[in-house]
Amino acid sequence: MGNRVVITGLGVVAPNGLNIPDFLHAIQNGISGIRFVPEYEDLKFNCQVSGTPEFEWEQLRNYISETSLYGLKGKGIAYGIKAALDAWMDAGNEIISQDTLWETGCVFGSSVADTDVIKNAINRVDARESKKLGSRVVEQIMNSGVTAYISGRLGLGNKIINNSAACATGTQSILMGYEYIKFGMAKRMVVGSCEFVDRYVFGGFDSMRVLSRKYNDQPARASRPMSATAGGFVPGSGAGALILEDLDFALARGAKIYGELKGGSTNSGGQKNGGSMTAPGPEGVIRCIREAITDANIDASEIDLVSGHLTATIADRLEVQNWVKALGREGDDFPMVNSLKSMVGHSLSAAGSIETVAAVLQLKHNFVHPNLNLEDPIPEILDIIGEKNLPTTRVDKEINTVAKANFGFGDVNSCLIISKYKND
Amino acid sequence: MDRKEILIELKKVLTPYTENKEMLDGINEQTDLIKDLKINSANLVDIIIDAEAQYNIEIDFDAAEKMYNVGNCIDVISEKINKPA
Repeated sequence: MGNRVVITGLGVVAPNGLNIPDFLHAIQNGISGIRFVPEYEDLKFNCQVSGTPEFEWEQLRNYISETSLYGLKGKGIAYGIKAALDAWMDAGNEIISQDTLWETGCVFGSSVADTDVIKNAINRVDARESKKLGSRVVEQIMNSGVTAYISGRLGLGNKIINNSAACATGTQSILMGYEYIKFGMAKRMVVGSCEFVDRYVFGGFDSMRVLSRKYNDQPARASRPMSATAGGFVPGSGAGALILEDLDFALARGAKIYGELKGGSTNSGGQKNGGSMTAPGPEGVIRCIREAITDANIDASEIDLVSGHLTATIADRLEVQNWVKALGREGDDFPMVNSLKSMVGHSLSAAGSIETVAAVLQLKHNFVHPNLNLEDPIPEILDIIGEKNLPTTRVDKEINTVAKANFGFGDVNSCLIISKYKND
Repeated sequence: MDRKEILIELKKVLTPYTENKEMLDGINEQTDLIKDLKINSANLVDIIIDAEAQYNIEIDFDAAEKMYNVGNCIDVISEKINKPA
């Protein structure tokens, strides 16, 4: 069976909240973090809105040393540091350690190392000025920059891993940390993911014609998961972080416990049978969800809330079909479904961790956050799960178990099952 | 620019790279950048880059290797200022 794994700390940098209290308030009240970006209009992007945290460098002042902050330019790394250290403090720890914490590790994911930093390197080198790049470039253009900063600040001595699985990255990083604790390789893991979508990454998606383009003048309406008038997703940035602990380790230090990570799974459809580089194959998705349920040793009927991937593309309809098949539940018997992306957009690698933070908050505070912009659900979705499972305003109800999944480019799937901690 | 003036300017260059601001205030020609100011050795290249910009000079590899304490830094900088690259 392995060790039980509990969640003892949360941190978030989201477009609608830069800390847990603000983020909780935002998701309880359906506050959108999507805003118009004048620069994107200038760049002739089809989509001119994004979900970007209102982050300022000054906010990192007390998180890392002054000398380390000076010269830090990578925003993805910055978001990751803030979320991870907030989670660490939320779990009742100090962010200063004298000695190496051998029992604690970090799995923190990302997709693209900061291209602003890379661009500076490209410009300098091409101008034959590589000599002026200085010592801080490499640590910020390496994907593992974020784990290097976090683990160095906290003195973490267990496994330090930067994972990458496109939009499944965040849930996958949490799952990896869970497995190390479950199988006795670590007592505590700092897990999560970050993403900074700059103009270059944004442009790549814009060119694929998968982004929302009809609501540039109404940003809060632009991200419309499961809506019949959805026309693509809204890119977002941010970071989410959780502290996972071996149950006994957490109890011994008297930690507060948000919930128990009961199980999970990550797999791939192998880009066969409907799966491709950009689309998740149904068989892999269904297997992934079922494996997560089996790993959690629960019955699908116990799930109170599905926190979907649901990006506001044509894939939403298929995703709901896959959930129906995987859970063996439909109509009124289906659990409530929501998509955080309706408020913050799709923050790619960071989506899974930010959405898991939202899932844990809904579990802890017993509510289902609203789906914004779902006044016109896709008829085929209504046919199979019914309207009452698609709340457009907050629903206050007991939530004991949440299923959280994300699906990424490369046909990669990740699913987590999180329940209230019960001493049994 | 005499050695005292260079030292005052050098203090500004060093400021972002040391947490030890009290020690920085009291530096003299014997102050060691790594041992006393606890500057990360990787950051010495950043200090050289900043010094090049500050004094409008070029510091080559051989000269840079000598810059481990305040006195050596002033030696290199004053030599370069007097013989512009």
